[in-house]
Amino acid sequence: MSYFAGKYDIAVIGAGHAGIEAALSAARLGCKTVVFTINMDAVGNCPCNPSIGGTAKGHLVREIDALGGEMGKTADECMLQMRMLNRGKGPAVHSLRAQIDRRKYSEVMKHKLETQENLELHQAEIVSVKEFGDHWELETRMGARYEFKAVIIATGTYLGGRIFVGEVSYESGPDGIFPATFLGQSLKDLGISLRRFKTGTPARVLRSSIDFSELEVQAGDEPVVPFSYETKDQLENKVVCHVSWTNEKTKKIILDNINRSPLFSGMIHGVGPRYCPSIEDKIVRFADKERHQLFIEPCGENTEEMYLQGMSSSLPEEVQLKFYHSIKGLENVIMMRCAYAIEYDCADPLQMDNTLEFMDHPGLYGAGQFNGSSGYEEAAAQGLVAGINAALKIKGEEPMILDRAGSYIGTLVDDLVTKGANDPYRMMTSRSEYRLILRQDNADERMTPIGRGVGLISDERYERFLKKQELKALELKRIRSTVIAPCEKVNELLVSRETSPITSGVKLADLIKRPQLSYEALESIDTDRPSLDPNIFEQIEVEVKYEGYIKKQLAQVEQMRRLEKKVLPSDIDYRSVRGLRLEAQEKLNRVHPTNLGQASRISGVSPADISVLVIWMSKGGAYEKID
Amino acid sequence: MNIDYQNTIAAISTPTGVGGISVIRISGENAVEIADSVFQSVSGRHISDIKGYTALFGKVCDEGEAIDEAVVTLFKAPHSYTGEDVVEISCHGGMYITNRVLRSVLKAGAVLAGPGEFTERAFINGKIDLTESEAVMDLISAKGRAAARSALGIKEGRLRAEIDSVKALLIDDAAHLSAWADYPEEDIPEVSSDSLFHNLTEACGKLDALLKSYDSGRAVKQGIDTLIIGKPNVGKSTLMNLLAGVQKSIVTDIPGTTRDIIEETVVIGSAVLILSDTAGLRDSDDPIERIGVELVKKRLSSCGLALAVFDASRPLDENDHNMLDLLGDVPSIAIINKNDLECVVDTDLIESKAKKTVYISASSGDGIDRLTQAVEEITGAATFDENAAVLSNERQYQCVMRAAEPLHEALKAVEDGVTLDAVTVLIEEAIQNLLELTGERASDTIVHSVFSKFCVGK
Repeated sequence: MSYFAGKYDIAVIGAGHAGIEAALSAARLGCKTVVFTINMDAVGNCPCNPSIGGTAKGHLVREIDALGGEMGKTADECMLQMRMLNRGKGPAVHSLRAQIDRRKYSEVMKHKLETQENLELHQAEIVSVKEFGDHWELETRMGARYEFKAVIIATGTYLGGRIFVGEVSYESGPDGIFPATFLGQSLKDLGISLRRFKTGTPARVLRSSIDFSELEVQAGDEPVVPFSYETKDQLENKVVCHVSWTNEKTKKIILDNINRSPLFSGMIHGVGPRYCPSIEDKIVRFADKERHQLFIEPCGENTEEMYLQGMSSSLPEEVQLKFYHSIKGLENVIMMRCAYAIEYDCADPLQMDNTLEFMDHPGLYGAGQFNGSSGYEEAAAQGLVAGINAALKIKGEEPMILDRAGSYIGTLVDDLVTKGANDPYRMMTSRSEYRLILRQDNADERMTPIGRGVGLISDERYERFLKKQELKALELKRIRSTVIAPCEKVNELLVSRETSPITSGVKLADLIKRPQLSYEALESIDTDRPSLDPNIFEQIEVEVKYEGYIKKQLAQVEQMRRLEKKVLPSDIDYRSVRGLRLEAQEKLNRVHPTNLGQASRISGVSPADISVLVIWMSKGGAYEKID
Repeated sequence: MNIDYQNTIAAISTPTGVGGISVIRISGENAVEIADSVFQSVSGRHISDIKGYTALFGKVCDEGEAIDEAVVTLFKAPHSYTGEDVVEISCHGGMYITNRVLRSVLKAGAVLAGPGEFTERAFINGKIDLTESEAVMDLISAKGRAAARSALGIKEGRLRAEIDSVKALLIDDAAHLSAWADYPEEDIPEVSSDSLFHNLTEACGKLDALLKSYDSGRAVKQGIDTLIIGKPNVGKSTLMNLLAGVQKSIVTDIPGTTRDIIEETVVIGSAVLILSDTAGLRDSDDPIERIGVELVKKRLSSCGLALAVFDASRPLDENDHNMLDLLGDVPSIAIINKNDLECVVDTDLIESKAKKTVYISASSGDGIDRLTQAVEEITGAATFDENAAVLSNERQYQCVMRAAEPLHEALKAVEDGVTLDAVTVLIEEAIQNLLELTGERASDTIVHSVFSKFCVGK
């Protein structure tokens, strides 16, 4: 028996990090939105590490925030400890990471959904998705039928989820929550190709059973730098983390039992992330490495559960206990939740375009792990892109397409829909060729105008942004025109910083440019310095110091954008373009790049094929349309 | 370049006028049909009946009239040089016959191939990559044996191997740097600026050496501008004919931009000389004075080699003395001709002014081996390492240059203590430019610039 439950604009299937951003942005853009979650207590759950951000992921969080998303603000609210990673390695790779209270995070996010205008949150498992051309119909397990203009799938690891612990395996979502067992078949019936990925998580252990006495402490940075440009309160670190190491004994226990790992026994068919391997994976693959590092991180303020980062495993529970006990500090540890591997269904993102809409199914979008990525931040970024674009489409507006030169979010989406993902995709700074421009310090400059254009940035926030830009421009002008005269005090300072003294007047900007100097170092001789947001000083310092490199990258961006301007028709059947190699025809037909730049990034499309396309386009591009 | 791939193209793909056999190559969808319409096999079989990689013997006809006996070889798509159906007609090598065969093929529906079009089609069809296609192009135009061998070296991947070794070095560093930045908590060893500096220095060294090789490679391959000077009747024309005739290697015969100059490219040993003559020297009656000392001076200053010809049987006159004075620092070989006659010329003076002196008899050909040796020595052709990886054209040179530049910048950045994120970006830029060189990535501009440089023939 089924019943008609209502007509809305947008459905979001899943209320994880992707679903939340998708739902909030769609609702904020005025679309009547429903979010379906299998378990109301799992909204915004962090089933893996209790932290948000990290290398490149921190960039994503900043960009999400600057674009009008929620992750950064909530992470700040639930922050337990904040660190800026990679200090000393250069501004392009500086990345924020927060330890967060995972229960609190979930609660805050749920409340934000509950209080959001235009948004309904329902506990329900979606069992079927039907396409009707002008609308979509979803049905819940209870028989409620809904009608939507667009559907965003953000099923995470729930879709066909199966958990593995040693020889034990059962159907399940993360953290013992029900999986989505019917939706997969319904998607396959639509003609969507699904594949199997896997991921895993380490054990949670009881804080009081850990001997911290000999473990290295890892404290947060002071003062805390928040993720969100909107967070005004000065945040405080509340906890510390600890570091320990595996040893020869750990290695032996794991190797002795390796055949009991479903990864090695062949029980798991899903493809795991290369970049986040389980401990048994690490030990087998890096056999000559004597020890591996692990971090002991608190899961929250009101819980004694501790997360063992770096120790994910799918070995049997008893083996886990044994090898955890072999580690310094964990000799008597009490395991509260064991480590497990989880296998799930996800879509091949090559089926989608840069708005994350399925090319063959208008109105259907995918985001997060469903698209083959891994990580909360990657998920949230895609959720935001899918939510915004679904809403824009319904409103009849131009889509928001973020390019590689403008953001990590754009790079992430472009990588997924152009190159696909052969294993769970994780963001890294090295994935961006423009990383000297795409820094976490200038995310607002890059994204806030876009967020404003879309409609997610309030007047008040935009005013503040403009004001900040104005102050920054003034300060840049000031340091470029202020001349520091040579005097004893100045030269003393310069010599003490191991840089050459000056004999004639030097522009302040030129002093800041010296590798040995910084804004901070020059404070005492820069008497007219205004009091400004520290982020302004940070941005200016980077821009001045790296001016030459930044200029160079901007020139490369120009070059790339020229290629991106060469638009390829969307309905072209590449089999009708003479001269393209078979492999290129197939790949191009699969990806359907929107422009020549994107086409050139498809693996399997050679420069020769691109030259064919160039010649073909310059000839006016006669082609056959897809039926 | 506007190319219509619907066309079947044809061209003479062997150097004109050289060798006993000429090959007319036909490529495209209608290659077999066109060849069948101009060819009658002895066995009566049609080309359309035979398998790829097999041949037929018979006659090429033009409107029923037999032009020549020929062997046709069929290469079926995609297993051919261009990746399309290809028929090659091998006929007897005279200019007249070869041109008539080509003409009949064109009459039957083929279109004359544009410069480099066979190779372009091969590239477009994914049969060869960019460095290979450029090597083929160089092979067609290589004007000397040394250059031909070096071009083969690239085809076999010598340049590719050298570039790959630099690429591997840089990719190693870039990967380490990326891992170090992206996994700050994964216990990845810090990238030491010492080892980075060492690797960057090595990579820069290799690229710089390649850049240097470009200049010497160009001299050997593209030929050395050579001026023949001498007063009337010393045997300049005979010498020119001897060089051209004996070697049978005239590749081009291009009237120069000014009507006064004629150029002939000849192969002497492993060197290529572009022999320039002046109007006066074409007509041996015209005296050198008419051209003017100033003009000779100017020509001498821009040439790579001067061959100053003297008559052994006549004493040096004012013209000869002027000429010897003009030689100055120009690489020059004094050729004392007519060594079969009694030697009355002042050889001591000549030897003191010219870099080398050779005695020959242009009419009998005696001494040509001595001249060859002298040319090889003076041009450096003898020491040119034809087996080393060399850059052979401007695009390759530019690519390597654009790779070397950011690397030098990266070296400086490491020295100056700039943070490694910027260094990484520079290394990646260098890698990108090397990938462009090997054609693994290419923008439309390179693709276009590559094809604009293809020469006629293949």
